[in-house]
Amino acid sequence: MRRSRKLLLALFALLLPLQAQAVLEIKITGGTEGALPVAVVPFAWEGAGAELPVAVGGVVADDLRRSGRFDPLPEGEMLARPHTAQAVNYQNWRALGTEHLVVGKARPMGPDAYNVQFQLLDVFRQAQLTGHSLTVRKGELRSAAHRIADIVYETILGERGAFDTRIAYVTERRPSKDERRFMLQVADTDGHNPHTILESKQPLMSPAWSPDTRSLAYVSFENDQAEIYVQELATGHRRKLAAFDGLNGAPAWSPDGRHLALTLSKDGNPEIYLLEVDTGNLRRLTSNRAIDTEPAWLPDGRGLVFTSDRSGSPQIYRLSLTGDRPRRITFEGSYNAGADVSPDGEHVAMVHGQGGRYRVAVMNLETGALRVLTDGRLDESPSFAPNGSMILYAAEAGGQSVLSAVSVEGRARQRLSLQAGDVRDPAWSPFRN
Amino acid sequence: MNSKMRFLSVAAMAALISACSAPGEKKPGGGTDEKIFGEQGEQAAGEQAGAQAETAGTDAEAQALAERGEMAMSPLDDPESVLSNRTIYFDYDSSKVKEEYLDILTAHGEYLAEHPEQAVRIEGHTDERGSREYNIALGDRRAQAVKRLIMFHGVSTDQITTVSYGEERPVAMGHDEAAWSENRRVELIYAGH
Repeated sequence: MRRSRKLLLALFALLLPLQAQAVLEIKITGGTEGALPVAVVPFAWEGAGAELPVAVGGVVADDLRRSGRFDPLPEGEMLARPHTAQAVNYQNWRALGTEHLVVGKARPMGPDAYNVQFQLLDVFRQAQLTGHSLTVRKGELRSAAHRIADIVYETILGERGAFDTRIAYVTERRPSKDERRFMLQVADTDGHNPHTILESKQPLMSPAWSPDTRSLAYVSFENDQAEIYVQELATGHRRKLAAFDGLNGAPAWSPDGRHLALTLSKDGNPEIYLLEVDTGNLRRLTSNRAIDTEPAWLPDGRGLVFTSDRSGSPQIYRLSLTGDRPRRITFEGSYNAGADVSPDGEHVAMVHGQGGRYRVAVMNLETGALRVLTDGRLDESPSFAPNGSMILYAAEAGGQSVLSAVSVEGRARQRLSLQAGDVRDPAWSPFRN
Repeated sequence: MNSKMRFLSVAAMAALISACSAPGEKKPGGGTDEKIFGEQGEQAAGEQAGAQAETAGTDAEAQALAERGEMAMSPLDDPESVLSNRTIYFDYDSSKVKEEYLDILTAHGEYLAEHPEQAVRIEGHTDERGSREYNIALGDRRAQAVKRLIMFHGVSTDQITTVSYGEERPVAMGHDEAAWSENRRVELIYAGH
């Protein structure tokens, strides 16, 4: 599996032009209350040159900080910089209040690879919790750092980390008054390594990851109407999947990757259909004179939630593929739309409009309890991290569209923005195994 | 706005032309326009339309000019005509056409019924609030509502295409009600006008 991923990344690098692409800037905007004190010592470099090509320790610390669950010790406050467990003076770290310590080093392995070793230590028990040695290709050091952050996160918290995953999003720039440039991009979760998947003068929308993370479905207006394409990231190969009369929108992959739920208005009204990806067979799922759109799968693949304004205002409904009548599930607020289901199937995130503000709320599917998580005015497009810990969404800040992330319990917040231009329509990838 | 409309309509005409011509016949510029639309005398190409607006008067005159093989003005190019109203506005989260726009849509419906060769593209748009895909669906509903009112006058479905851009193509860039009310709209785009 790992090998095929490496190959995939190599192909990726070959096929995509290496243009200078703006990296999303991350700014942490929310507090770290209750976050666990941890220290990640800068990793040692045992190769030629003064230092590591990528500050691995710094990337790990940044990942942990962004999760809101950890409060890494600033480098400047460290009394020593050990690189192995043997060199650690636990008293020093205990005095600083550090509970967990990460130490490590990297060295070249031949001309094309690096070996990275690290240990996660429990300061109070003075014991190693885990230790790993990773060998990665040149250019994958950041990915190695994200994997280390994932291991640290999972070892301490008992749940899988999602740092070594990716995000897709759409950027828009206006080079002149009448000119617009849209780009569909994929980047690491910290905004680094952005790759442009597609560039267009017409709007691009609604990227959706295939469950195997190899393809994106998205909406493009390149032919003057909303059409759905599927594009393989490694090869760039793209296929037009839906271009019926009217709108073709809101693609959502079924958990087994065999179907896309989508919205078509070919029969005169926006309705939700199921499209079998290999055969193109269509099955209509909704039948109502109102708007039915924005399908999102429940993780068992047997049902969906979607937006409908059949009650007079947009609300979230749930339907099962067995054909039961859709059931309304949101009752708070005048506007609930654009749902995303948490990976464990227990929660639904949505755009929640009330009192003229549009914010992201999370509802417990079992109890119906709804919690508003964000504090913007025009928040939209919530997308769960594959471990369910955070929600990425689009917000307005200073007249610009930016991405924001919030932890599900609402503690940690951060903003990802472009220096010039809008970023929106985020979609967090599934795990890549 | 005007230059955008013109750009769009020229682009739409170009699309129409390429759709109509056999591969060998495709010619750049006005020659092709003449070939396809010339008989009707209605499709004054791009820049010339404005100049003609000052000299051409009534439909009859236009007809006469057309018979002499000269460029003539279509009522679609007459800024005084009710047909020059091509944008109608909607309330928040509504696809109901307001009464004040019914006369305008009647005029377009009647014009299109009388000119079965004329095509129109109906574009639905929304403001930026709320969910993007829901807004695409809402824009679609707005375009469909306008289409139904126009078709009521005996217009063929072949003459009408609809598209929704949702919130993706705002005309006003602000983030307040002044901008939003301008963006909640349907635009009628006539090929060549």
